[in-house]
Formats: sequence, C-alpha cells, structure tokens
Amino acid sequence: MRRLLVIWALVSLASPFLAGAREAPPVGEDPAIERRMMTLAQELRCLVCQNQTLADSQASLAADLRQEIRELMQKGESDEEVKHYLVVRYGDFVLYRPPVKSSTWLLWFGPALLLVAGLTTLYSVLIRRRRLATADPLTADQEQHALALLSEDERQPS
Amino acid sequence: MIAELGSFSLMVALAVAMVLGTVPIIGAARGNAAWMALARPAARALFVLVVVAAACLVASFLRDDFSVVYVATNSTRALPLRYKVAAFWGGHEGSMLLWVLILSLWMFAVSLFSRHLPQQMVARILGVMGLIAVGFLLFILLTSSPFERLIPAAEEGRDLNPLLQDPGMVAHPPMLYMGYVGFSVAFAFAIGALLGGNLDATWARWSRPWTTVAWSFLTLGICLGSAWAYYTLGWGGWWFWDPVENASFMPWLAGTALMHSLAVTEKRGGFKVWTVLLAIFAFSLSLLGTFLVRSGVLTSVHAFANDPRRGVFILLFLAVVIGGSLALFAWRAPKVGLGERFELVSRETMLLTNNVLFLSAAGSVLLGTLYPLFLDSLGLAKISVGPPYFDVVFVPLMTPALFLMGIGPLARWKQANLPEIGVRLKWAFGVSIVTALVLPLALGRWSALAAFGLWLALWIFASSLVNLWSRLRPLSDGGLMARLGSLPRGYLGMLTAHVGVAVFITGVTLVKSYESEKDVQMDVGDTVAIGPYTFQFEGVSSGNRENYSYARGLFEVTRNGKVVRTMHPEKHKFVAQSEPMTVADIDTGFTRDLYVSLGEAVGPTSWIVRVYYKPFVDWIWGGCLVMAIGGALALSDRRYRLTRTADQPALDATLSAVSPA
Amino acid sequence: MKKLAALRFLIPLAAFLVLSGFLFKGLWMDPHQVPSPLIDKPAPAFRLTQVADPGKSLSRDELLGKVWLLNVWASWCVSCREEHAVLVEFAKTGVVPIYGLDYQDTRDAALKWLGTLGNPYQASLFDQDGRVGIDYGVYGVPETYVIDKAGTIRYKQIGPITPEILHDTIVPLVRKLNA
Repeated sequence: MRRLLVIWALVSLASPFLAGAREAPPVGEDPAIERRMMTLAQELRCLVCQNQTLADSQASLAADLRQEIRELMQKGESDEEVKHYLVVRYGDFVLYRPPVKSSTWLLWFGPALLLVAGLTTLYSVLIRRRRLATADPLTADQEQHALALLSEDERQPS
Repeated sequence: MIAELGSFSLMVALAVAMVLGTVPIIGAARGNAAWMALARPAARALFVLVVVAAACLVASFLRDDFSVVYVATNSTRALPLRYKVAAFWGGHEGSMLLWVLILSLWMFAVSLFSRHLPQQMVARILGVMGLIAVGFLLFILLTSSPFERLIPAAEEGRDLNPLLQDPGMVAHPPMLYMGYVGFSVAFAFAIGALLGGNLDATWARWSRPWTTVAWSFLTLGICLGSAWAYYTLGWGGWWFWDPVENASFMPWLAGTALMHSLAVTEKRGGFKVWTVLLAIFAFSLSLLGTFLVRSGVLTSVHAFANDPRRGVFILLFLAVVIGGSLALFAWRAPKVGLGERFELVSRETMLLTNNVLFLSAAGSVLLGTLYPLFLDSLGLAKISVGPPYFDVVFVPLMTPALFLMGIGPLARWKQANLPEIGVRLKWAFGVSIVTALVLPLALGRWSALAAFGLWLALWIFASSLVNLWSRLRPLSDGGLMARLGSLPRGYLGMLTAHVGVAVFITGVTLVKSYESEKDVQMDVGDTVAIGPYTFQFEGVSSGNRENYSYARGLFEVTRNGKVVRTMHPEKHKFVAQSEPMTVADIDTGFTRDLYVSLGEAVGPTSWIVRVYYKPFVDWIWGGCLVMAIGGALALSDRRYRLTRTADQPALDATLSAVSPA
Repeated sequence: MKKLAALRFLIPLAAFLVLSGFLFKGLWMDPHQVPSPLIDKPAPAFRLTQVADPGKSLSRDELLGKVWLLNVWASWCVSCREEHAVLVEFAKTGVVPIYGLDYQDTRDAALKWLGTLGNPYQASLFDQDGRVGIDYGVYGVPETYVIDKAGTIRYKQIGPITPEILHDTIVPLVRKLNA
C-alpha cells in the first residue's frame, strides 16, 4: 500500500513534465538584458525597412544588430556605449532620438521658441488692441438724436 | 472602352473646372449676375463627371480588366469584391482620383447648402474650389492617370498589398480624405472673403459648420488609421509619428485651432484676420501632406511610389495655391478693421491661447517631420527624428491646452472673472487631484505618469460636469433628458467633444503606464502569464483561403483558472509576397485588450510568441469617436437649420450692387 | 509707418517660400540612403578566412600600402548580379585590385556563384555571421568601399556599381589616391 502511494506521488509530481506543460521560457537567455535591449531598440531605427524600430523589425540585419546589442550588454557596456557603437558604424541616422548638437539645437529648442514667440505676440497684440480699440460708435439714429439735442441747446439762450 | 470613357470624363471635368474657376470669380468682381449664376450648375456638372470617371475605374476592377495598368498592379481575379472596390484607392493614381472625387462631393454639398449665402460669395467659393480641382485634374491627366492601358493585357494582376486587404482599407482613406479635403471649403470661404473684402462676423458664422464637419471626418479618419495599424501590424503600436501620420495630424491640429478661432470671430467679431490665416494654414497643411506622401522626399510606411516629376508638379501646385493665397492675404488683410474689445482675461484670450498652443504643436510636428530633410539638403547630416522626439515635445505643449479646457468654457466673453471661476471649479480641481493620486494604486502600481494623465482627464471631465450643472440648474421644467434637450446643441457638442478628449487621454495614459508585453518561446502545452491572464499554447494548424495559405495558432486564455476564450493568431502567406503577414488576434474589452501574435517557428512544434496586455487601450479610439460625435452634435444646432428668407433675392441684388470689386 | 506695419502680413508668405525651397531641393535627394560615417576614417580591422580556401586568412593590415576596393556581395543577393558583370570587366583592366566580402553566405553557394558569373576578386573574404559587415556599416548588399594606401576609407558606394559610377567617380578617385 505504501509503495503504491509513493509511486502515485512520484507520478503526479512528474506529470506536468510528462505532459510537456511548463512556463514558457522567454526569448533570449537573460531576461533583464533582454528587456534592456528591447527598450533601447525601441529608440533605434532599422536601417533596412527604415520605418520600424530595431525592436519591431523582422529584417535579418535587425535581428543581427539586436544580437550584437545583447552581447555588448552582456559584456557590461552601458546604453550610451551601445548607442555610440552603432553611431560609429551607421551614423546618427540609426537614432530615433536625435542627439543634441549644434545642428539640432533648432530642432530641440524650436518648439519652446515657437510657443514663447506665439504667447508674446498674443500678449503684445492684446495690449495694443486695448489701447487702439475705440468705444462702440453711435448708430445713425443715435447720432441724429444727439445732433438734435445739441442744436436745440444752441437755439435756446441759457 | 470603359477606361477611355473614364479618361474622357476627366478631361471634360477639367474643362468644366476651368470655366468654374474663372467665370464666376470674374463675375463676382464685376457684379455680373449671369456669370456668377454659372457656379452652382458647373459645380454639380463637375461632380457628375468625376463620379462617372470613378465608376469607370470601379467597373474596370470589378471586370478584372487587366489591360488597365492600375487594375493589373492592384488586383487579382481572386480578390474579394469589397477589396476590388477599395483597391480604387490602393495606389497613387487611384487615390488622386479619390481626392478629386471627394473635392467634387464637397463642392456639390456647398452648391446644395448655400441658399442663405449671397450669390457673390457662392460664386467665389465654388470658383476657388474649382481652381483647386483644375490643379488636381491636370495632375491626374498629365502624370498620374489610373486609366493607362497595358498592352498586351496581363493575364493576372499583381494583387493588392495583403496589408491593405482589410476592412480598415475600405473605411480609413475615404474618411480621412473627407476630412482634409473638407478643409478646402473653409479655405474657399476665407479666400472668397479676402477677395470680396467683407470679412465680417457672418463669414465666420457661415464657415463654422463646414469646418466642423470636415474636422469630425478627419478625427474619425485618423482614429480609423490608428486602430487599423494597431490590429494589423502585429506589434500593438497605434501611433508612430510616421511622416504620413503627421501629414494628417497637422491639419487636424490647425483645424482644431480654426474651429476655436471661428468661435471668437463669430461671437465677438474679433481676430478676423487671424482666423482667415488659420483657414489658409489648415488647408495648406492638407496640401503639404499630400505632397509629402507622394513626392518621395520622406521615407514612410505609407509612401506611394515616387517620381521627382510628380513631386515637382505638386510642389508647383502648392506654390500657386498656398503662395497665392498667402500673397492675397498679405495684400488684403491689412485693410480689415478690428473687432470688439475684450480684456486680457476673457474667454476670447483663452481661446486664442488655445490657438497659440495648438499651432505651436502643429509647428513642432512640422519641424520634426521636415528636419531630416532640412539638414540633408544643407549637406549637414543625415539624422532620424522619431517618437522619442515627438513624445518629449508634444506632451508639454498640449498639457496647458488641456488644463485650459476646463476653464475656458466657464469664462465669460469680453471679461472673465477668474476668482469666480476658481470658486466654481475648486471642487472639480480637488476631486480630480485626489482621485488621480489614488486611482493608480487601484490599477496595481503607482505611477507618476498615470497620476498626471488621469488628473488632466478627470479635470476636464469634472469641470465639464460643473459647467453642465450650472446650465441645467436654472431650468426648472421637465426631467433631465428634457432639460438637456433644451440646451443649445452647439454647447452640448462642445462638452461632448471635450469629454471625448478626456476619454482619449485616459486611454493613452493608462495603456502607456500599465501595458505589459512578453516575448516567449512556446511549445505545445506551455503557458505564459501576463496581467491577470494565462495563455496556454495548443499548437498550430494550417490551411488555405481565398488568395493565401495560413498557419493558425490556438491559445486557451484563462483567468483565475476559468477559461475566458480561445485566441487564434495567424500567419498569412500570399503567393506574390516573400514574407508572411502576421495577423494578431485581439480580444477587445472595455477595460483591456489581450493581444497575441505568432513570431517565427523555431522547431517542429515550437514558436516564438508575443503576448500583450493592454489596459484601456480602446478608450483611445472610443475617445476619438466621442470627439466626432461632439462635432456632429454641434452641427445639429438649430441655427444651422437653413431656411431661405423671403428677402434673400432683394438682399442678393443689393449686395451685388454695392460690394466693391 | 503704416507701410512697415503692413509688411508683417508678408511673413507667412516668406516662410512658405523658404519651406518650398527646401522641399524642392528634397525632391532630388534620396531619404533612404544612409551615408557612411566612416568616410575619411580608418577601415575597421578584420581577419577573415577566404571563401575559396578556409585554411588561408587575410587581415586588413596585409592590404596596407595599396589602394583597393572592398565589394560586399552575396550569392543570395539579386542586385549583385547586375553589378557583377560590370566588376568582372573592370577587374580585367587592372586599375585597382578588388577584394570581396562575402556577406552571410555559405561557401558552396558562393563558390558556385563565382564559378558561373566570373570572379573579379583577388580574394573573397568569408563573413558568415556578418560581423565585419556590421563594423563597416553595411546595411544593404551590394556596397563597395574605396580604401587608400593608409587604410582609410575614402568613398562608399551604396547599391550596385554601374559603368557610369566607375567612370565618373571611382576611377578618378583611385587615380588621385595612387598619385
């Protein structure tokens, strides 16, 4: 009886493995590096398809570059160093976040400049209008009435 | 024969458009009633002719007429009927014909719904639209005719791109074009007003409904494009700041600014010059978008085949239309007077601040989209500008606008009382902050991004409620529905649209803060857990359908041990394509989407699988839908129900006699 | 004063004309082309086995002291066929030695290809995993580099080589570097 129980216990413990069901392993050996790589790859451009990020592209060069990034990260390179590695070989084109350099100052500061310019223009126009805009002019009837009143006043000596 | 008929119809249409673009406009300048009267019938004739041409193209597709080049490159015999019709706009030439078809549809609508407008105005508006039609028809006939023959005819077509064989293809382009071609009406109104020198408040009142309709269609069109990309492209993204997406988004931003500016001009007569300029900008951005997509100057998923010759033509056309209208603006605008005054703190100012914010946003999107071209043409560098740039720049610009959305509708015209608004809104402000701080915890994990986005959304929602309550309270008769029904539809439309924005922000914020993705290798029987769900892989079966072969995965999805549903992502292999198409399966829910797609097979029974858990993602498109409904509501306002007054003919006569040339 | 104030209405038109200028220039450019950041920089070092002979290897340093072309090709590459005939003819002129970089290929397929279409290369390097290609910034085959005596990359041709490109660009450059 006891032996049967032991066998039954062993079999039921082993059954998930026997059935083949298991928690699916993540793609790539090191999940932390995999996540880091994919996050970085979201900011990189696939050079072949050019309209997808390196993370999403199915192109073989993209797969090779993702592997390259994995290896660099495993060697201990930081995100900045990985980006530098790719820029040396492919240029700034590979970065979806353009680097901030003198040629891109207008790009990065432009929006803020636009906003400031827009708001100051609005403000100065509003101030100017306040000075210029006249009070509501009289209608023709009101003007007639005013003239009549004024001429009445003239005829009667005070 | 049919293709030649289509071609001929377009040629006659061009002739009609040329007449329409000249005679009525000259007639309006000279006060010649007969010439002006030509406008409406000419516009209607143009519409009929373009419809005939479009029908010829559709007929060619339905008859599998592979002696027409365009049909041969975009169709096959086995293509399902609905896609043979949608293939009309599947390529460059057909989509240009769609542009003209929709332009002529708008012209037809203007000819029908303009009885309340003076004849001079109608003549100018239809004339301007006719000139635009001339440009496009010339472009089609000279460089991009969909009716070119292929001799000898092909046996079988090259098929419509599989990615386009989807319901999204049937709906998205027409909706989108209705939107940005629709801004041509507001543009024509603006040009008409500049030509006539009468930029008064009535011009704004007439323009407004046309702008609102176009805006609603554009909102729907962009929404459909985003939703389509989400469920078709296989990796769960819904907005990429791709140049072509930006090309449709910039007119939307300018159009939103225009709608708000028209409100100021209509109600208070102020900023007429600025509103006219905005109307020109909105349509110019539409035209610019059309250029960018077809000229080959930018790389994009969407880009049609390019040819510098076509690019030059469109650029010349752009120069004439946009350059011409801006030159006309520079000449006429300085003569326009000021409107009524208003204080620095007033609804007018807030609406104009909205304008500044929306236009800065549009300008930034334009800057980011064109910057690589700019640097490359100066020989300085070759860079890429992608989502990391746009996300950083766009959100801070929009945030103040979203905050103002709560205050603006409560501000008075001419002079707003800020302390009073503060008192009314302090409840809304407090509740929205507290809820926004607490809600993320209920969703599992606190996140500053989630709290911030939720606060903005709740703020808009709460302040709209405060606004509505203050309008409903003084009304004493009837139940809630009756009282709501008595409020002006324009007002209700505004509230609805603003709430739509709040729903949209909620969706974006929550999905970005709480979505999760897992990339795993699965063999039969393997499971993967994501969010509160577990996916179990049961294997892949294969088969054939109309024009492709497929591999179909089977996944059992459970939650807390109970089976929720089964999901079937697929891979479709079309004969003419080398890479199989990934077709994800999505389980749509009010509070979350489950998304699973097959990657590659890595063994006889194992596959790479991607699963996503996307909370509240459908609120993104739901929000857009609510925005469009708001637009439709505003259009049903009583004041747009047109009645022709008895005095109209006398008014027309007087106006044409006194108006300056 | 009024005239000057009215001038500000011309700003939108002026801005548009500037924009059009850039767009016009853009029509003649190719946004897909990724220029190499390695121009005027040292050619990345490599040591690879040769396609024909797995036992023999070749390193970049061995090629210093002469001007040479590095042509990236593969047997699976369709556009390489077009340029191959051009290269075979060009190799016969002996103007400059051509070395091949066989990118992500198999030896058998590569040798068969060369056998059928001709072999313009002094030697072909076997870059099976594409690592050297990545070092050189290869993103689309075929690509060709002109490398000078000091081992510096002077020019990169993206896409197939045509007789016009040889005549107008490559040959004059090679002559200049050899002078």
